[in-house]
Amino acid sequence: MQLIRCPWCGPREETEFHYGGQAHVAYPADPAALSDTEWAHYLFFRDNPKGIFAERWCHSAGCRRWFNALRDTATYRFHAVYRPDEPRPVIP
Amino acid sequence: MSERASESSTQSERASESSTQGGFRVPDRGRIDRATTHRFTFDGVAYTGHPGDTLASALLANGVHATGTSVALGRPRGIGAAWAEDPGGLVQVEEPFPEPMLLASTIELVDGLVARSVAGRGRLADVPDSARYDAKHAHCDLLVVGAGPAGLVAALTAARAGARVVLVDEHAEPGGSLLGGTDRLDGAPALDWVAAATRELAGLPDVLHLQRTTAFGHYDDGFVLALERRTDHLGAAAPRNRSRQRVWRIRARHVLLATGAHERPIVFADNDRPGIMLAASARTFLHRYGVLAGRDAVVFTADDAAYAAAVDLADAGARVHAVVDARAQAPAHWRAECERRGIGVRTGRFVTGTEGTDRVSAALVADADGGERERIGCDLLLVSGGWNPAVHLFSQARGRLRYDDALGAFVPAETLPGTSVAGAAAGVFDLDGCVREGARAALGALAELGIEAGGVGALPTADPVPERTPPLVLWRVPGDERAQFVDIQRDATVADIARAVGAGMRNIEHVKRYTTIGTAHDQGKTSGVVAAGITAELLGVPVAALGTTTFRPPYTPVAFAALAGRNRGALYDPERVTAIHDWHVARGAVFEDVGQWKRPRYYPLPGEDMEAAVLRECAAVRNGVGILDGSTLGKIDVQGPDAGVFLDRLYTNVMSSLRVGFVRYGVMCGADGMVLDDGTVMRLAEDRFLVYTTTGGAAKVLDWMEEWLQTEWPDLRVHLTSVTDHWATFPVVGPRSRDVIAAVFSDVDCSKDAFGFMAWRDTRLDGVPVRIARVSFSGELAYEVNVDAWHALAVWERLIAAGEPHGITPYGTETMHVLRAEKAYPIVGQDTDGTVTPQDLGMSWVVSKKKPDFVGKRSFSRLENRNPQRKQLVALLPHDRTVLLPEGSQVVEADRLPEPPVPMLGHVTSSYRSAALERTFALALVKAGRERIGQTLHVPVGDALVPVEVTDPVLVDPEGARRDG
Repeated sequence: MQLIRCPWCGPREETEFHYGGQAHVAYPADPAALSDTEWAHYLFFRDNPKGIFAERWCHSAGCRRWFNALRDTATYRFHAVYRPDEPRPVIP
Repeated sequence: MSERASESSTQSERASESSTQGGFRVPDRGRIDRATTHRFTFDGVAYTGHPGDTLASALLANGVHATGTSVALGRPRGIGAAWAEDPGGLVQVEEPFPEPMLLASTIELVDGLVARSVAGRGRLADVPDSARYDAKHAHCDLLVVGAGPAGLVAALTAARAGARVVLVDEHAEPGGSLLGGTDRLDGAPALDWVAAATRELAGLPDVLHLQRTTAFGHYDDGFVLALERRTDHLGAAAPRNRSRQRVWRIRARHVLLATGAHERPIVFADNDRPGIMLAASARTFLHRYGVLAGRDAVVFTADDAAYAAAVDLADAGARVHAVVDARAQAPAHWRAECERRGIGVRTGRFVTGTEGTDRVSAALVADADGGERERIGCDLLLVSGGWNPAVHLFSQARGRLRYDDALGAFVPAETLPGTSVAGAAAGVFDLDGCVREGARAALGALAELGIEAGGVGALPTADPVPERTPPLVLWRVPGDERAQFVDIQRDATVADIARAVGAGMRNIEHVKRYTTIGTAHDQGKTSGVVAAGITAELLGVPVAALGTTTFRPPYTPVAFAALAGRNRGALYDPERVTAIHDWHVARGAVFEDVGQWKRPRYYPLPGEDMEAAVLRECAAVRNGVGILDGSTLGKIDVQGPDAGVFLDRLYTNVMSSLRVGFVRYGVMCGADGMVLDDGTVMRLAEDRFLVYTTTGGAAKVLDWMEEWLQTEWPDLRVHLTSVTDHWATFPVVGPRSRDVIAAVFSDVDCSKDAFGFMAWRDTRLDGVPVRIARVSFSGELAYEVNVDAWHALAVWERLIAAGEPHGITPYGTETMHVLRAEKAYPIVGQDTDGTVTPQDLGMSWVVSKKKPDFVGKRSFSRLENRNPQRKQLVALLPHDRTVLLPEGSQVVEADRLPEPPVPMLGHVTSSYRSAALERTFALALVKAGRERIGQTLHVPVGDALVPVEVTDPVLVDPEGARRDG
């Protein structure tokens, strides 16, 4: 069980968190302007990379706040965590 | 080729006859308390032992090696090692509590122990386990696993530096390998040093030292699970209130593994007989428990360490008839020691097989090509093929391993951050080396943690040891592969590995699964590396290229009861009850679980079943007045200047236009347009709404709201608070409800004009604030009374009392379900399943056409959402008014089932008996359901096809005349 560093609370047990899927998938500014295909892509299509992935997490059994993380999907290691209003960090 | 019966074999036969009559206990050896006698039975025979014994040592002291027969072949099996690596000695414990498949070598002997041999499989207890199990967290700078020489030095070094240290060790006392030998430190018995070190640790602050505690799982970021055995060794003296076992959840900044090594067997024909044992284990039985494992021993080795066993056993009175060393050259020092004791050393020779029935009676010895065969009588055959570092916990944490050709074993191949390995676990086998490496690893960990290593004391020095002759890596001796056991517990042989390789397996993980080697209680502690070696030989590849199987937790078996801890029975999951739960109990309610809530389902009168009770309750509500405890409804207090905008974006209809003092029903959808939850919303103030959710959806809806608020609309000034438990909610329902409310709340004008549908009023009852809302989940005139939980019972009782003249009837969730279904009010999660839109439910009216956007809106215009063949909510009326359709039944068109696949039109979502309709009815999701109104469809029930009429789902008061009374 990993320790995940909540940007607000610090390192906490993995079981206090829940996963929220790919980060930086903004709600479309004008959904009505989208074709069915484009809307379906927003709804159902997500990246599935091997390696670093920007994800949303929620400290659901703690401060209940959302944040973003860069996590390696192959090693499970968290490389960075950042608040929703912060830009995606550049990691080496 | 000559066969010569050795002279010693006749001696040994005489010796074993006499030894079975006497005991095998050696005077003046062992760490047992001879002043106290424990009585125990094995297979119904009474024996004695002493505190400090294990069941294995006590059995061996009484001359018993055999513990049962094997699972597949029924071959006799016995004690093969002195601790958890033993693949053979499993027993069934009957008393104090029945437990199957425990290792005799790890059961501490207590007075009154009753155990039996195991014929392949054990037997689970058929009585409940009354023992308590619990869990505890520990946090530390350094966790040291193993209190042998390396671990003790490491723990001392770190603790003296002021680090927070946890030291766990699986044995009854610290010392590790020192307990089973005669090592000396600083010129005195090494166990004196162990005692001093243990005392010093006890005196240092921030040290938690746990014996009888097995670290069984090593996970990410220094997380280690350990099982502490707390009462079994105390027998009848165990305090009743102490947990039997405890799972320690240890989070360490650094984990230092000093887990030692397991001796490795050599595989030969008939190597599974009782009386065949790892050499160092026999030495442990002698030095730790004061037991000779046999009178007439043969030692078969490819390594130096086994000589110590030969010499020590001879010194303790055993006749050691030969040391058979597979190497061409015996170590000079040990050869001399053997000669001094008259022990013949045979080099370049092998044990190729054994004889015996229930116990080994002879070792068959030959040279490499099978020549010069020799039969040596014995009752104990000790085997040593070298040592395997116990790298399990290192590997579990994803540490890579490397095959070491010289050791013939896998060792850590890398340093993991936050983890280090010291002593025999790292392939260091001499005592001085273990002491040094333990200190070095601790200093490295302290440096990593930024803890100043202050006064590190002088390290103890071991007596000089003879130079080691390199071991010979020998997996097996040529012979009958079908009788060469690799995994003794699984009855898996070299022939099985050959069959796996012959079937095309090239990967050791495949060979493991094909042969089951390494899958027994011991998880291949002795068989894993040997299996890799033999597989590599058969494949003609280096062992390094083949690798080893992945080590997985647990290191030793852990009972599910221990893992469950206190989280069972009533503590398995929280039970939530409303503020007036006791009233329901006193009234004889039958409860149902709704999520974690206990809700009254119905209140049977004497002699009533559920059907009768629900029909009575339904009739009372439709004809008079009923009252429901609706306190479990989720409630979310939504506050802030942007609260209206926020709710507009989440509900399909407009909430911002709702006036203060009024209530609106709303539906929430996912972005995919599917119904998520529904409920009413009260506007309490311009910047404040009280959102009601379904009972089961409360947590989900709050999370959903927070997610949008935090991740998409952080600019909205809105705060959300769950107030579910703060408010009790009591709908008073039925044509007589106005009389009841007016009687209790005399200051509230309950007239139709003054207090209309979907309005709310605040009032007080004897000073207690009460909020009344005119909402209805039944189609009847209804007043929902809200009061804080503290005063809930008093208000409820006032309502009941005021309702008495009108025959007020408390009703439960079952009646609530029937009443709402008669009005086609859907239950989210029962009539919907995540594929249902508001339009499918016939609720287009709740979807705003005016709002430019809300969550789910864009999905409603997708092609698929406009498909006229979508399933829609309709009612089904069975032609036979008494037939109750089972919920979940399929709906089909034809009156005769065609050949499968049968086209399915939908399914029954709700089905009840209606008092108002005096018949049964159902709700169903049916393809193009609204177009089918008036048609007859069919529902398969058992072997019958029940004809049903499709109707509009609103069956009672479709014009809505009743809701205003």
